[in-house]
Amino acid sequence: MIIAEQKPIAEIAGYIENCNKVLLVGCGGCVTVCLTGGEKETGILASALRIKRRLEGRPLETVVCVVTRQCEPEYINALDSVVRDVDAIISLACGIGPQYLAGRYKDKYVVPAMNTRFAGGAKKHGVWEEYCGLCGDCVLSLTGGICPVIRCAKSILNGPCGGSQNGKCEIDRDVDCAWQLIHDRLKILGRLDTLKEIVPPKDWSRSRDGGPRKMVIEEVRNGSNTEEAN
Amino acid sequence: MIIRQTRLLGESVDAANITDCQTAVVRMSSIGAGIHILREGVEPVVQMTCRDRNRIAIQSDLLGAYSLGIRNLLCLSGDHQMFGNHPTAKNVYDVDSIQLIRLVRRMKDEKLFFSGEAFNGQEPRFFVGAVANPFADPFEYRVDRLEKKINAGAEFIQTQTIYDLERFTRFMEMCVARGLHERAYILAGVTPLKSWRAARFLQTSVPGMIVPDEIVRRLKSAEDPREEGKNICLEQIKYIKEKVKGVSGFHVIAISWPEIVPDIVKGSGLYPRPVID
Repeated sequence: MIIAEQKPIAEIAGYIENCNKVLLVGCGGCVTVCLTGGEKETGILASALRIKRRLEGRPLETVVCVVTRQCEPEYINALDSVVRDVDAIISLACGIGPQYLAGRYKDKYVVPAMNTRFAGGAKKHGVWEEYCGLCGDCVLSLTGGICPVIRCAKSILNGPCGGSQNGKCEIDRDVDCAWQLIHDRLKILGRLDTLKEIVPPKDWSRSRDGGPRKMVIEEVRNGSNTEEAN
Repeated sequence: MIIRQTRLLGESVDAANITDCQTAVVRMSSIGAGIHILREGVEPVVQMTCRDRNRIAIQSDLLGAYSLGIRNLLCLSGDHQMFGNHPTAKNVYDVDSIQLIRLVRRMKDEKLFFSGEAFNGQEPRFFVGAVANPFADPFEYRVDRLEKKINAGAEFIQTQTIYDLERFTRFMEMCVARGLHERAYILAGVTPLKSWRAARFLQTSVPGMIVPDEIVRRLKSAEDPREEGKNICLEQIKYIKEKVKGVSGFHVIAISWPEIVPDIVKGSGLYPRPVID
């Protein structure tokens, strides 16, 4: 899932300094799961902003909504009735949410409450880690199911580099060396010979370097006539 | 400064390494500095990391370097930018060190750009080197990785600074058992230390280094730490020359101490250097 964390309250308050009424939109997707932008967190952020503004002598009115997913137009449309009289919309989704909201409500000032961090998973309760670099050309079959593109600080495909020591990465003694993990895993699998092959340079055009990416499933597209999100 | 330091080396070395923004601190480009020392009559080994340039910039810089007379190229990943003076920079790592070695060799052997497109003009014909760190982990994979670099086309190898002679000896035994020393020239890296603090710094703060406590202790108790540092380095070279098979030469990595290089070379019986036409 997409892991996103809330921005500092002062930064969010700064965006809406001149607003009297704002709509806060939570998301029922990834940010609900990673406990930063779901129903509960959206309510807490609204309260915090109201309290801050009351203490400053400039009360703020807030409206709170949570949609199933902000990355699908049909769920966003449900906000039509509540956006009319607000001065700004604060999205608690990943970076997709504010863009979808801005696309639908072209005359509204839309701001993000979140910093979108990475594609990852839960490590333990309250801890999430990055696992996928979204490179568009998965190499996990070669690397024992451990991603060097994102879990190696240098994204090298023929590791480990000379900075790997005691299983840790040169950038931080608390960060596992992905290539040590790959080595250990391939050893268990009896596939260490894989590491002797020189992996050629990656086609980064399938990553973000090729510009904004798009995926089309033709049979689905051809069978539907739903509107396109902005 | 570069010219002054080059003159300090005199005729004590065959070639000098020029680092490519080592520890990710901005310095004069290795190619630019390499040209300066070449004009002073010292053969440069230009280092090229994968940290700061994509495959377009790497090839462009290599064409420029070769046209200016640079002939030796050391290919390496490069220290992560978080160690340097621009920790908020974006890194590149479009290719890694092993891919770089193979692609530079392909330029030379097949006259092809990295993309596979053919050269029209003069292809760069570098003497291609790589690094090996016997002190990084996993230890048992380090020789495999060196072999991988040689398979990619590395013609000479420079090791990380050696202090743990026992581990280096084991590493070289494995290299010799596979005949790697006959497929590439392996240069042992040695660094004379000026003080116990320098030793402690390398021991605790530089990833991929092993500095035995004995070395810190010797420098700490020495009356003249610099003399002791030099002597430790000479002992290491002597040990490697006499006891370790497969080493073709030495790389004296005299960090902030270039004036010691002639003393080390002369003191270890490696002077005069052979003259090559």
